[in-house]
Amino acid sequence: MKINPYDQNDYTPVPSKFTLFMRKCVIWQFIRFIAINLKMLVVVSKSH
Amino acid sequence: MARVVVMGAGVSGHTACTFLNDWLGSEHEVVVVTPNSQWNWIPSNIWVGVGRMSSEDVTFDLKPVYDKVGLTYKQAKAVSIHPEGSEGESSPYITIEYTESGKEGTTEVLTYDYLINATGPKLNFAATEGLGPDSGHTVSVCTHDHATHAAHKLQESIEKMRAGETQEILIGTGHGMCTCQGAAFEYTFNVEHEITLAGVRDKANITYISNEYELGDFGVGGMHIKRGGYITSGKVFTESLFTERGVKWIKRAHVNKVEAKKVHFETLDGNQHEKEFDFAMLIPPFSGVGLKAFGKDGSDITDTIFAPNGFLKVDADYTPKPYEEWSIEDWPQTYQNPIYGNIFATGIAFAPPHLISKPMKSPNGTPINPTPPRTGMPSGIIGKTVAKTIKEMILNGATEPTHKVSMGEMGAACVASAGKGMLSGTAASLTMYPVVPDYKKYPDYGRDLDHTSGEIGLAGHWIKHTLHHLFLHKAKLKAGWTLIPE
Repeated sequence: MKINPYDQNDYTPVPSKFTLFMRKCVIWQFIRFIAINLKMLVVVSKSH
Repeated sequence: MARVVVMGAGVSGHTACTFLNDWLGSEHEVVVVTPNSQWNWIPSNIWVGVGRMSSEDVTFDLKPVYDKVGLTYKQAKAVSIHPEGSEGESSPYITIEYTESGKEGTTEVLTYDYLINATGPKLNFAATEGLGPDSGHTVSVCTHDHATHAAHKLQESIEKMRAGETQEILIGTGHGMCTCQGAAFEYTFNVEHEITLAGVRDKANITYISNEYELGDFGVGGMHIKRGGYITSGKVFTESLFTERGVKWIKRAHVNKVEAKKVHFETLDGNQHEKEFDFAMLIPPFSGVGLKAFGKDGSDITDTIFAPNGFLKVDADYTPKPYEEWSIEDWPQTYQNPIYGNIFATGIAFAPPHLISKPMKSPNGTPINPTPPRTGMPSGIIGKTVAKTIKEMILNGATEPTHKVSMGEMGAACVASAGKGMLSGTAASLTMYPVVPDYKKYPDYGRDLDHTSGEIGLAGHWIKHTLHHLFLHKAKLKAGWTLIPE
């Protein structure tokens, strides 16, 4: 999107091309899938 | 033989009644009373609301599932609670009114030994003039029927964009005291994704409107995460996503009136504003479902066991106190009514002691702050905890609740996904621990930052798909359902 100076979105971080690539990189995301699931399982186990 | 009556079969009620039925066996009776004939996996209503799933994909008929395990099911709505019985009935009982086809309007008295109120919320569209799909000008994704309607309306807007018209899309909260910002947040990005796929993104001006003080509050006072070498506010994480997707935002807003194609709202500074729209999905505020309670002599004791918002009072500390004095000790642990020890409330139906987010009022006295979320994972965990206590009371004669869980010692995992394709969607995956910040244990940020996280990517999208199938499998009581955590 176009970001104009002094607009509300002028003050927010936006992802770089590398970050956007990694968000859709299947190999990296498979690793993150395992990692996030483990994180969630820890939170779930602490909550029961 | 003891009889447990569970009012409501949403996430919390369904969890409680199915586990109780499993643990108590055929010597005791578990009765579930719900006005709905179907169970709805509500998180996936977001996909129904953009036309990527149908109602059938997110629901199933309750009767065959309950019949399979011998659980007594009454398709009816609870009307009143009589915790001391009445002059003609010595046992405590509730009155119910059938909604089942062929028996509509028939009333019945249902005695109980233990009662769980898991009725969930009333979608209080009436709190804002002109709000809602039935008699108002906005759509909703709170039920699968609402979401189906929303998908049709969205498609109409997309067709207009294809014809060259610019459309104003407004998504968010329809009142200053709404909860469920997460649903509005997720729907925003699904709508943006659909419009992009339709090739008409340049014709849509999408705006998010919220009662949050800052984006990322989500009714839990916001959260902090470790990211990029910094401890960062969830505000930054959330605003970044809005900027990336080209969505503008309005925060600290109380929508007070909706007309055809126009909302009126007040902001926390007291100013009044208007915003035009072509398509608007605004979440309503929640209230209790309007159950009444009566004493043995027939006197109205509704105010004794219910809070003014219609939610059931439990073992929380309801003493009014300033935000600075709030603590996790205020939050309930057993969900037992303090007057009637055989009545419990789970999920959205229990009255929280206060907000989690800091209370805010405009100079005009209008409260503009999110109310506490009690949906999803906390709902299921609370339902199961209460079920464990009632099991101990029935089978082992426990006189006090044996199991406890507090939202101050409970975490939550949330996934907000955009798109549905396995390689095209992305999702924000969030974990937080605990839900209610504990500033005594975690003085800096109120939460354990090792277990509070957020990231965006395909992985979260896969998790959302997995959860959809996993929780429908669990709710249908299929093989291994008891092993799947809430």
